[in-house]
Parts: sequence; structure tokens; C-alpha cells
Amino acid sequence: MNNVCVYCEFEEGSIQDVSFELLTKGRSLANQLGCKLEALVLGSGLDGLEKEISRYGVDMLYIADDKRLYPYTTLPHTAVATGLFRETQPQIVLMGATSIGRDLGPRISSSLGSGLTADCTNLEIGEYEDKKAGKRYDNLLYQIRPAFGGNIVATIVNPDNRPQMATVREGVMKKEIVSETHQAELIRVDAGKYLREEDLVVRILERQIESSKINLKNSSIVIAGGYGVGSRENFNLLFELAHAIGAEVGASRAAVDAGYADKERQIGQTGITVRPKLYIACGISGQIQHIAGMQDAAMVISINNDPAAPINKLADYVIQGNLENIIPRMIRYYRKNVK
Amino acid sequence: MYKIIVLAKQVPDTRNVGKDAMKADGTVNRAALPAIFNPEDLNALELALLIKDRYPGTTIVLLTMGPVRAAEILREGLYRGADAGFLLTDKAFAGSDTLATSYALSCAIRKIGLPDIILAGRQAIDGDTAQVGPQVAEKLGIPQITYAEDILSVDNRTVRVKRRLERGFELVESVLPVLVTAHSTAPECRPRNARRLMQFKRATTLSERHHSADDYLAAQTHSTEPVLTEWCAKDVNSDLLQLGLGGSPTKVRQVENIVFQAKESKVLSAADDDIEWLIQELISQHTIG
Repeated sequence: MNNVCVYCEFEEGSIQDVSFELLTKGRSLANQLGCKLEALVLGSGLDGLEKEISRYGVDMLYIADDKRLYPYTTLPHTAVATGLFRETQPQIVLMGATSIGRDLGPRISSSLGSGLTADCTNLEIGEYEDKKAGKRYDNLLYQIRPAFGGNIVATIVNPDNRPQMATVREGVMKKEIVSETHQAELIRVDAGKYLREEDLVVRILERQIESSKINLKNSSIVIAGGYGVGSRENFNLLFELAHAIGAEVGASRAAVDAGYADKERQIGQTGITVRPKLYIACGISGQIQHIAGMQDAAMVISINNDPAAPINKLADYVIQGNLENIIPRMIRYYRKNVK
Repeated sequence: MYKIIVLAKQVPDTRNVGKDAMKADGTVNRAALPAIFNPEDLNALELALLIKDRYPGTTIVLLTMGPVRAAEILREGLYRGADAGFLLTDKAFAGSDTLATSYALSCAIRKIGLPDIILAGRQAIDGDTAQVGPQVAEKLGIPQITYAEDILSVDNRTVRVKRRLERGFELVESVLPVLVTAHSTAPECRPRNARRLMQFKRATTLSERHHSADDYLAAQTHSTEPVLTEWCAKDVNSDLLQLGLGGSPTKVRQVENIVFQAKESKVLSAADDDIEWLIQELISQHTIG
């Protein structure tokens, strides 16, 4: 009761990285709250996952292994998760802000009447004072996220309803193994106890999951383009530089929305979070949502026409000028100087 | 033929946000911003219109919740092919989070009558939560299909939908009634139709007729043919305790303007010397190369 629970996403034979990242965050929240960390896995063919999940410091591992739970569909997962949460009464539930988490989270929150905050960039524990009602709350989950076009950062709390729910994008939190030998208490959940006939009305006819060819998250150099790049053709300059120096190409949401780059290259709150040793921002102004996805870069170079672009404040080096004539010369001087 | 309800939201154009965007209580000051039809809700409308093209006799009802001015997007929907519009507007809705919003919308849908298909945009650009669609489906006790890129077929009992996932796609089949949320990769909404524009440009809601001293005749016309209907919280039999700030489990504790921790940037020109110097610097630090 009153523990922190992470819904662990099982896809194509393995637990997704975002779930391990959330277990790590969940472990630290549970330590602060003095409660236990629970993990919940729903799927089919789940044997042998115990050790992999346990080592993130999980105290209790709930596994529901049932053919009807894989591949993921909304209603069966909702039925089992809400049925279980009604019994185990977690105070906090965390999920990945993935295709699955963003489909399941709101369904669960509506069913349990609990508050849910999407795409959090930070989670903390703190107090809250409801001045109108004259009430004070301790140990609430602060759900922190940029809001409203990236102009502000909001801290959201759920004072009265439980569980407090939040989704977080992959890469926002860091995963960290607590101990290779740590063993969680394994609790097998009988899905049949919660599933009803009417939960099975959606059928998957065909499914194609491609493994991503882009490895932005783990690239040590990222060259990212914004709206200021101006066109899809101009993005080729970024690819040429990336090819020359061994980098991956990312993009801001504005560039993706304008069709200059593919969605899977989007960096920021609603995209990927990167922590490279070098981040070259090309024609990116630097809204908070974008900064949220790259602020841990060790070094930032900003190439921008606009000397007042907000991202310049984060940059170690600012080059003022046009990409079209700067990038080709960067490539040329790199080839000339590298051994 | 099918009955379809499209959920739509008028959103502040977050690309043009000014200083007065937020109120002291941390909620959005909508009055200070240009307002547009939420982009993915237009994709949802188009998916509905494509069904109507295929199955003549299908009716499309637009439902929105918001201030009086949100009737603008209902008219916009009429111009593009929707048959009728409902505006939920009431001070009691102010400050609603996604759960309170979905509760109000579900009450309105029950009042209109549960259709065969409810369509909505995946998410609105002012919050990006993607929560209201699934929460409405849950409140109505019907299945949901999120991230629809295309509706492949509809028959009397089932619908087949292509879903866009982060990495790949899914073809799914669901029984009716179902709630479907449209992804931005779904077909773009058709433009306004000139004939419909003439037909509906005077379609107004009750509040709009009260607020403007518009000509008496226009009001007369629409009292006999009410294409736009305005409802308050009481009209949809909603429980006031589940609405607005009070009915919202999530509270905004704090909003902050973010101040970047400015680094000491070295500003370089685009001259050859500066660029070569920087490249040499990066190579000598082993950052690249």
C-alpha cells in the first residue's frame, strides 16, 4: 500500500529502456518517501525478466503473463492495471510517455479518477499549501513540465486523488542499476481475475514495428537544425557535416512541423532527450521545450543569424551568420586539420 | 450511414505567445491570444468527412467546450462540411483539467446521444497531453483507437483503422461505438466550401446573438434552424463537483518563467579565421576528430 509503482512496458521480447529509467527515478522517490518500489509488467512470454527488472532496486514485481495481454491493447491492460491498483493502492504511478503509455495512462486515470500529468521533465517530492481550503500537504509528487508553447515551466500536484500519475519521455531520466544481485519479491497476477469479455473487442490485424535506424540518444555529437535552417534541402548540409565528423542529426519541433526533418529526429520535451559531449544548434532559437531535451550537453555551439536567439545564452560558442556558408567551411577545415 | 461526433478545441496559437499569456492562478489567459482550430482536430474532422463521402446520409456533429468565442471553430467546421455544432460554455467549466474536461464532454455526448464513432485530434497544441480522447472513451465505457492515420473501412458493426506508432504502424479492428483520435499524419482537412460559407456565416450561438446587436433577421432565421446549440453545465446534466478547478485532481502549484543559466559564450564571426580556429580548438580538446 502507498508505494511507488512503475508500469513497465514490454515490447518485442524486452522491457523498454524508458521503464528502467523510470524505475531508477521511482527508486529515489520511494527512498525519499520511505516506501517500497513496485514494478508491474503485463504481457505474454515474460519468463526470465525478474533479474533484469530487480536490479534497478525493485522491491515488489507484479507480473501478469497472459496471451490476451500481448500485443498491447488498451482495454485489457487498463482492466488488469486498474484492478490491481484498486487493491495495492499505490500513491504514485509512473509510465513512459510512449505510444503505449500515452494511450493507457489517461484511460487508467479516468477509471481511477486520479490526476495525470503528461511528458514531465522532472519529478520531485515536496509540500503544497492549498490556501483557499487552508490545507497543507506533505510529500506530494511534483510533476514538472514545460507548458504553453515553452514559455513557462509548471509544477503540477495532485493533492487529494490517488495515485498521482505522470508520464515521462524516454531518455529524460537516467537509468542506473542498484545491485546486480538485488531480488524483488515476485507476485504473479492472474489476469483472468480482472479481464472481461468486453475488454477484448479491439483486435490487432497487423503490426509492424521497425527498430529505429537513428541513434540520437547515444550519439556523442549531435547536430540539430531548427526552423532557421529554412528547408529540407538545407538540412542536407547538416547531414554532410554529421557524416564528416561522425555525428547524428536532430531537429527542433519547429523544423519537424515545417517538414524539414522527420519526427523521429525531434529533440526536446515531446521528442528525444540527448546528452552528447557536443551539440551544434543550427538555426535553433531555443524554446524551453527544446532546451529540455539538450540542456545536459557538455558543450554547445550555436550557429544563428539572430544574435538574440535564446539558445545563445546556453552556448559555449556562438557563430553569427548563415549556415549555408558556415557549414561547408566547417567541413573543409575539419578535413584540413584532422589527422 | 453513421452518426459521428467530432471533438474539437479552439486553442491559443502557441507560436504567437505574448507576455499576458498566463493569469496569476497559473491558468491560460485565452483572451490575450490569437485562437485557432486545433490542427489535429481538423485531421479528425477530415476523417469524419471521408466517412460521410463514402456513406451519404452520415451526419457529423462538432462538439467543443470553451468560451463563447469558441463558436468560431464550430462555424469553421460547418464551412468545411459538418452538419451541426454544439458549444459547451459555462463559468463552471473554467480551470478544468483533462479529467474534468472529459467528464463535461462525456455528459454532452450522452445528451446528444452516443454516436457510432467519436473522432478527436490526438492532442491539442496548447497542452500536448493527448489525454482527453482516451478519458472521454473511458467515461462513456467504449473502446478507443488512438493515433489514427486512416480509417480503412466502416461497416455496421466494426471499424478498421491504421494507427501510427512511434516506430511503425498497426492495423486494428474495433466494434462500434468507438472513439478514434487522429494523428497529424491523417489526411489534411479540406478547405472551406464557398456555398457552405454563405449558408452558415450567420450561424450563431445564443450568447453571440445576445452579445451583438446583429440584425434581428439573422437571429430569426436561426431560431427556426438551430445549427449551433449552446449548452451550460446544467443543460448536460453534469455534476458541478466534477467540473472546473474544483473537479480537477491536478492543481498548478507554481509556474515559473525560465531563466537560462547563461554561460560565458565566446562569440565568433563567420570569417574563415574564426571558423578554422574553432575547428582546431575542438580537435585539440578531442571533442571531435
